[in-house]
Amino acid sequence: MNMNYLEPQGRGAVRDWIFSTDHKRIGLLYLAVMTAMFWVAVLLGVLMRIEQLTMGPTIMTPATYNAMFTVHGVVMIFMFVVPGLPAVFGNFLLPIMIGAKDVSFPRINLLSWYFFIIGGALAVASLFLGAGAPDTGWTFYVPFSLRTGTNVSLAVFAAFLLGFSSILTGINFITTVHRMRAPGMSWHRMPLFVWALYSTAWIQVIATPVIGITLLLVILERSFGIGVFDPAKGGDPVLYQHLFWIYSHPAVYVMIVPAMGAISEIIPTFARRTIFGYKAIAYSSIAIAALGSLVWAHHMFTSGMGELANTVFSLLTFLVAVPSAIKVFNWTATLYKGSTKLEPPMLYALTFILLFSIGGLTGVMQGALALNVHLHDTYFIVGHFHYVMFGGTGFAFFAALLYWFPKMFGRTYDRRWAFAAWPPLFIGFNILYGSMLLLGLQGMPRRYFDHLPQYHVLHVAATAGSWIMVTGLAMLFTTLLRGLLKGSKAPADPWGGLTLEWTVSSPPPLENFEAIPTVDRAPYAYNPGRTS
Amino acid sequence: MFPDQASAFSSKVDSIFLASFIASAVILLGITAVIVYFVARYSRANNPEPEDIQGNLVLEVVWTLIPTVLFLVMFYFGWTRFQEMRTPPDDSMVVKVVGRQWAWSFQYPDGRWSDELYVALNRPVKLELQSKDVLHGFAIAAFRVKSDVIPGRSTYVWFSPSLLGTFDIQCTVICGVSHSYMLSKVNVLREDDFRVWYFRDGNAPKSSSRKKMSAAGSRAFGLLSDRQCLVCHTLDGTPRVGPSFLGLFGSEQTVVSKGKKTKMLADEAYLRRSIQDPKAEIVDGFPPSMPLIPLTESELDSVVAYLKSLAQPRARQR
Repeated sequence: MNMNYLEPQGRGAVRDWIFSTDHKRIGLLYLAVMTAMFWVAVLLGVLMRIEQLTMGPTIMTPATYNAMFTVHGVVMIFMFVVPGLPAVFGNFLLPIMIGAKDVSFPRINLLSWYFFIIGGALAVASLFLGAGAPDTGWTFYVPFSLRTGTNVSLAVFAAFLLGFSSILTGINFITTVHRMRAPGMSWHRMPLFVWALYSTAWIQVIATPVIGITLLLVILERSFGIGVFDPAKGGDPVLYQHLFWIYSHPAVYVMIVPAMGAISEIIPTFARRTIFGYKAIAYSSIAIAALGSLVWAHHMFTSGMGELANTVFSLLTFLVAVPSAIKVFNWTATLYKGSTKLEPPMLYALTFILLFSIGGLTGVMQGALALNVHLHDTYFIVGHFHYVMFGGTGFAFFAALLYWFPKMFGRTYDRRWAFAAWPPLFIGFNILYGSMLLLGLQGMPRRYFDHLPQYHVLHVAATAGSWIMVTGLAMLFTTLLRGLLKGSKAPADPWGGLTLEWTVSSPPPLENFEAIPTVDRAPYAYNPGRTS
Repeated sequence: MFPDQASAFSSKVDSIFLASFIASAVILLGITAVIVYFVARYSRANNPEPEDIQGNLVLEVVWTLIPTVLFLVMFYFGWTRFQEMRTPPDDSMVVKVVGRQWAWSFQYPDGRWSDELYVALNRPVKLELQSKDVLHGFAIAAFRVKSDVIPGRSTYVWFSPSLLGTFDIQCTVICGVSHSYMLSKVNVLREDDFRVWYFRDGNAPKSSSRKKMSAAGSRAFGLLSDRQCLVCHTLDGTPRVGPSFLGLFGSEQTVVSKGKKTKMLADEAYLRRSIQDPKAEIVDGFPPSMPLIPLTESELDSVVAYLKSLAQPRARQR
């Protein structure tokens, strides 16, 4: 019997982990760091909500508040949602799902984790070193980011390093999918999660260098005053916005497409039938990756960039929403004539569909130019992207964690507590971010330390919602932690899944497969006799 | 659900929201209902033998086309109404708006400045927006207008006010510590009232308070100007982000210190403390947003002497 990947490998407990090039161990390294950073950012979010509980100063100064929303954004985006599913579940599962022993470049894979933790450490250090925590918002808009005395350069450099981590992971995944598939694993037999990771990896490789160069220019401009962006020196602040969003809009799809991939795995397993519209879902991932690179300026409809640009970007923005709609319809149709069991991963996956749809539809509304003018830079935006990033990617992350937890750790968690965490999480979420949508509709600007009296009631509601939601979050993570420490041993295939990761033991053996498998069927062929 | 509908744009923008909200709600409720029905109808207990339905080309085409058409309709209305918002009528009154950390100023065609915007009912106004420092966002939610304000270039919004009253102007692009206090008001007046305000009730020109300055006074004024003090503290008695310097010395102020309110005389010691430790004692009603601005001992002396010269007449006699 092969030893599993979690057993000691003889270099001592710490070295076994931090020098491991095993894609599964690297996945867990990411999971550990990301979980810690996620909770740091959640805590900042809760404190910001408490600040909004009363008008005027409540528990902090405006400078502290501005630092908090900046760091909350930087940590959540660059250290949780962007790496999110690819770094944890992509690393852990992609090689197993295509029948490989590891990724193409295992050492580069470990290097990308080092970029990730160094970037993360610098981001945290920027809070405490220098003249003060960065206070620009995660977008680092010039010229404010050039003028502010706070420690923007270090935070920007941290984001630069995190970008490198993302590029290296992308290169690894593309090469692995092209070169390492098991015999018989044709493109149309790949699990949809692999399709999603593959699409995402291209965005990471193509778009991330743009933000890297842009952030370096910000550092050069702050240090040497080179004058690319600063209007006082003849630079162009709107140019910065273009460059920033040329990366950061595609990055939104880096955040959501792998989440859609995970949902496409979970639904067929619990419906115990094949996915409806395999090719439609696979190719819509590619379509999103392609179209998603052409809509960046919809973040800039009020920037005075010109009416033709506004029109074109508005039109393309509506079109990029279509592939997402196609996925939602196909997931729904997959439940037709299935044999569904509502286990915790399925509950969270179905919740994803609802919350992501709300996020998507509120996003489509902002694509309408005349309406965008009113909603831009208000709480409506904040509510919208939390529905997409948290209701979408976050809930998909939870669903994926609940789904693959037995595989990754070889242990089970308490299903009843995973169910019990759902009502506070779901209800609190909707009170919190639903209130934000309404606040934005009424004109409440984002990134405001204080608010005018007409917005007060909804702010109080949002804060109450945040407490309910965090209660649910704490219950969910406690449940998983208890499972990790005390859970009973998990079987190889607890949910009845058919993709290759369920054919190996839980936790998987050191090199995944004793012999590379030969694949002879589509990924979700549950009922080969009963098809139509 | 909506803020005041105070301009000709308001109802047009709101109707786009309402239409897309209703369409979205129908789609969402529909999908949710179908999911709940399928999960219950085809549960493992009710349907132990599932079927592998691979897909259906007709359905794929239908549910690709329906959202595409719906989205194109939304695009069309958003686009055409946006054209109106970007096309000010030729007879608009043009007001120049200057944004700076952290206040708005409005300059009328006759050259006069105002800290609040006054406009006449149903009379189109075009605002030309400029920034003195960083990006700002100029938004009047009640009018449904908004534009970034960009240093080094001019942007604009226009509107035709359709409701009498006073509405909030807010900055919408993060611009520093007092971003959320970068507020002003727009006052929509009847045509007659606007004429009265515009032609007769002018504020005195701001320069009157700094006539005939001594050499020492002009050094202090230069310091206050260079160090950006005058952005927040005016010399004409108008409170902005902080209290005005005019009449501050020798006045009685309620100050908040460590959460407690006390009344005290703004004497020389208080002025020095406030400059050297700006967050310690905050005049009630103002944000604690003043940064520490390092001054040498002699610079401090000259600034304090200048502030004393701006005292209320009663205090100066004493």
